Amino acid sequence: MTYTADEMMAVEAARRLTSDTVCFVGIGLPSLAANLARRTHAPGCTLIYESGTIGAKPQQLPLSIGDGELAETADAVVSVPEMFAYWLQGGRIGVGFLGAAQIDRHGNLNSTVIGDYATPKVRLPGGGGAPEIATSVREVFVMLRHSPRAFVEQLDFRTSSGERVRFVVTDLGILEPRDGELTLTRVHPGSTVDDVRAATGWELKVADDVEETAAPTDAELAALRALKTKGRE
Amino acid sequence: MAEIVSLTEGIRELVTDGDTVALEGFTHLIPHAAGHEIIRQGLRDLTLVRMTPDLVYDQLIGMGCARKLVFSWGGNPGVGSLHRLRDAVEHGWPAPLELEEHSHAGMAVAYAAGASNLPFGVLRGYLGSDLAARTRVRRIECPFTGEELAAVPAHRPDVGIVHAQRADRQGNVQLWGITGVQKEVVLASARSLVTVEEIVDELEPKAGAMTIPHWTIDAVACVPGGARPSYAHGYYDRDNAFYVEWEQISRDRDTFTAWMREHVLEEVPV
Repeated sequence: MTYTADEMMAVEAARRLTSDTVCFVGIGLPSLAANLARRTHAPGCTLIYESGTIGAKPQQLPLSIGDGELAETADAVVSVPEMFAYWLQGGRIGVGFLGAAQIDRHGNLNSTVIGDYATPKVRLPGGGGAPEIATSVREVFVMLRHSPRAFVEQLDFRTSSGERVRFVVTDLGILEPRDGELTLTRVHPGSTVDDVRAATGWELKVADDVEETAAPTDAELAALRALKTKGRE
Repeated sequence: MAEIVSLTEGIRELVTDGDTVALEGFTHLIPHAAGHEIIRQGLRDLTLVRMTPDLVYDQLIGMGCARKLVFSWGGNPGVGSLHRLRDAVEHGWPAPLELEEHSHAGMAVAYAAGASNLPFGVLRGYLGSDLAARTRVRRIECPFTGEELAAVPAHRPDVGIVHAQRADRQGNVQLWGITGVQKEVVLASARSLVTVEEIVDELEPKAGAMTIPHWTIDAVACVPGGARPSYAHGYYDRDNAFYVEWEQISRDRDTFTAWMREHVLEEVPV
């Protein structure tokens, strides 16, 4: 089966989740990946959306983190202050997904502004939960499409810390921290190390043992496509 | 003691130019109708507070009601940016907008501190983030362990406005589903207005529901559909298609202004 770059990203992130994973999910690709894991190899994976839903089991992909189906299918619904205090700060969450407009070689992320903070070229939506997710979960997974504009030498603004980033999945490959710096460890089928280098705005470290990611299986793709986004069909 | 009022009366009696106003709703029960009434009454120089300013804040900002925004995530959920917010910050249209930016965890703690009548809230937060230098956060030391923590000043809005499913005739309010920071914003604010889907003789107990007692609320207005295009759990679904449409409506100043004239300014209030 043929597949898109987004599908490759979602499949590869989903493969990192298990039935024991408790993960904090944002909307978009992370939500797709976490729901795919739950539908395939990790049925026990606990999905937490920051709107307060713990153990959400949506049948369809939500458009927002607060869609009604998340509350209807959740094991528990808690207030937002409780979510951030007891559950996130309390250290109960294993994996947190983050996206951003920019990332640097240390996994620090910018989702705040492009340009100067006071007089920005582009005002982005902002960090939301990211600053505390980045320092409260045990492992941060980043999902971000590769381009020199996104993978930058110097962030315009550091919204969240990269210290707990364990895994960056892009449309071209996978980066993991090695000796304190994000290093290319895998390329997706159809991409080369040179493609990834060209799409990275810093001099990219490449592992000696770069492997090729396994292409999405038919079963993974079928499960993924069954999760259609409401309101966007 | 809560007074049952019309939406027009509620906004007129409780909101004044220059006030700090929090219209809250974390992806659910967003008080759109109340925001529209603020726009129709032409209120100005407001400091708007909200964790997740979305479409109704884009509308308030684009219509020139706001001087300052206190927030943690300002976007169109699942769709993209808020173009009126961007235009105000990037180009000062229709007026410059001052920002006080937090993280979600910081905002949540600030509301909880306000509700608790404390001067500040405390969290293990803003670590390794440039936000700390751009916002009202101070580092404090735990007096027991010496750990360095973040202190955020309490949110004490002049007016807190939320939407809920229903109220009784005394103004006791009941809401359920995703409850966000609804209770905290009512308790943290000097004055409060709750719009509801319906007013009933008796509030039947409902599993997982939260009750906000009438003696913490100033005014209750019955505004069926008052959260649309957001949703009211058990009453109507989120209009996801409209959130996607807003991307196009809000991109251009003239298209936005024409849409607001037709759908908000010329609407007959409840």
